[in-house]
Amino acid sequence: MISLAGRDILHSWSKFVLTGIGLGLLIGVTLSMAGIYRGMVDDAKALLNNSGADIWVVQQETQGPYAESSSLHDDVYRALLALPGISRAANVTYLTMQVRLGNTDVRTMVVGFEPGQPGEPSYLVAGRQITRSHYEAVADVKTGFQLGDTIRIRRHDYRVVGLTRRMVSSGGDPMVFIPLKDAQEAQFLKDNDAILNERARTTANPTLNRPGVPGLLDAILASQNANHNVNAVLVQIAPGTEPDHVASEIRRWKHLQAFTRAQMEEILVSKLIATSAKQIGMFLVILAIVSAAIVAFIIYTMTLGKIREIAVLKLIGTRNRTIAGMILQQAMGLGLIGFIVGKTVATLWAPIFPKFVLLEPGDAVRGFIVVMLICALASTLAIRVALRVDPATAIGG
Amino acid sequence: MKGFGIHIEGLRKRYGEGDTAVDALKDVNMTVAPGEVVGLIGPSGSGKSTLLKCLGAVIEPTAGRMILGDEVIFEDGWKIADLRALRRDRIGFVFQAPYLIPFLDVTDNVALLPMLAGKPNGEARKRANELLDALDVGHRAKANPSQLSGGEQQRVAIARALANQPPVILADEPTAPLDSERALSVVRILNDMARQFRTAIIVVTHDEKIIPTFKRIYHIRDGKTFEERGLGAA
Repeated sequence: MISLAGRDILHSWSKFVLTGIGLGLLIGVTLSMAGIYRGMVDDAKALLNNSGADIWVVQQETQGPYAESSSLHDDVYRALLALPGISRAANVTYLTMQVRLGNTDVRTMVVGFEPGQPGEPSYLVAGRQITRSHYEAVADVKTGFQLGDTIRIRRHDYRVVGLTRRMVSSGGDPMVFIPLKDAQEAQFLKDNDAILNERARTTANPTLNRPGVPGLLDAILASQNANHNVNAVLVQIAPGTEPDHVASEIRRWKHLQAFTRAQMEEILVSKLIATSAKQIGMFLVILAIVSAAIVAFIIYTMTLGKIREIAVLKLIGTRNRTIAGMILQQAMGLGLIGFIVGKTVATLWAPIFPKFVLLEPGDAVRGFIVVMLICALASTLAIRVALRVDPATAIGG
Repeated sequence: MKGFGIHIEGLRKRYGEGDTAVDALKDVNMTVAPGEVVGLIGPSGSGKSTLLKCLGAVIEPTAGRMILGDEVIFEDGWKIADLRALRRDRIGFVFQAPYLIPFLDVTDNVALLPMLAGKPNGEARKRANELLDALDVGHRAKANPSQLSGGEQQRVAIARALANQPPVILADEPTAPLDSERALSVVRILNDMARQFRTAIIVVTHDEKIIPTFKRIYHIRDGKTFEERGLGAA
């Protein structure tokens, strides 16, 4: 038996292909939306992987350092190192800001870290790690910075000495790594006018500027302008140690909040990007409905255009299931063309997106199944119309 | 009973019920022998299309008897369970317009019926090509219907009607869109095919060009048939 659907598609292939391309672009948008969500999750996981930590220690009663702000004294890590089961602990700061390069600025997450400690960029694609104590930076390639570029962070210039890849914040902003001391200064240091005003206020305060206590004023002024805070301490545990046990010990004895890798992943994926995920989910549902409506409309219109032929086919003895099969196969064919076009365009335009778009094969398989189901569902309206065609309409009168 | 193409006795068809009932066919009697072509003529609303639909097993008569070949197919109810198979295997249709399937080539338009009847594709196409050659359109076998002239399309439609070698063909104004020369050519072909394949052919027509070619004519008026000897018998 010849394939009626196949012959019809070949006969009017241009209409089919053009419709398939239109549907494909819609499917491409749908796959890209799923890819954007996957990219956000992957960014969050990359952030955790690249930090090299087993436990994140942050300010008590906060969910920092990524979901909430957190502030700790920078000597906390010494106390942590004294706890059993902890092999390494290092201070780290995170600050989302605009970093200037010439006349342009780039939105980045500036990370302050101690070279050779957890928090350091785990690998470089060009250049070298930071070796000087000040004014050197390693940047993610997505910043667009090149080796040797001079970038400005607050009031200081930094030279880009290394480039890394896939080092982004949970929001997708590329990271710029600088020495911890510089980052602390960038994060907390006031501007010169504010320092002058503060100094004048303190000097004018008789409680703080006592003539009988030499050195008190200088000590207070020094304390006001120095910063010894960090956002988190990244902890690596000794082999064979349970992260949950160590985290509970930190919470119990140090009165700090400690999150294991699983807990931090939960915060990032289920809380930080949850609203975005729901937003994308809504878009996916709407796009699925729109796709179904388009396929249903196209197949329905095409079937209406063949009513006389369908009546003749029924009159000459074609089974209802053959006619239904023809319409179903055409809908599936349209879906197949649409999916191939959609997958292709989604793959082609994914690298152009400013944020990471991760197209997972599993999503493609699920997308294909959903597209086929939608097409099958959408064809039912046209099949219903075709099956209601009276073969007598082929005979005049 | 053997030897009928189609035989009809006292066929009636009523639409609706009660006060709104309309008797479209009141007493239709007709016999067409194998190899014979008869004309069925009548004014608009006389019941021609209803009769054709009853004969084509697409609507059910209210009463009467129909014999196809040597089998009673209707006697106060259908005697055949699968009317779709009946239409496919034992009744051929030729319409006013050819109504060829636009996405199938000429061969497959004809071969579709044997294929639907379960014949292998090769055998169905062989049969289709033989018919197309017999109807002098074999050279257009691979063309699309839209590439054929009106006369060629109608010949392909006749070939399709003959594809399963049915005992009867119902032709509904097959020459309406054609000029005189082509209309007469179609009638000539129908006569040749009827003789060659021993098929009974009923041609419903208004076309005065072809009415004189029939040997027998059935007039239908107010749902009743009247037989008349045609000029074609002379």
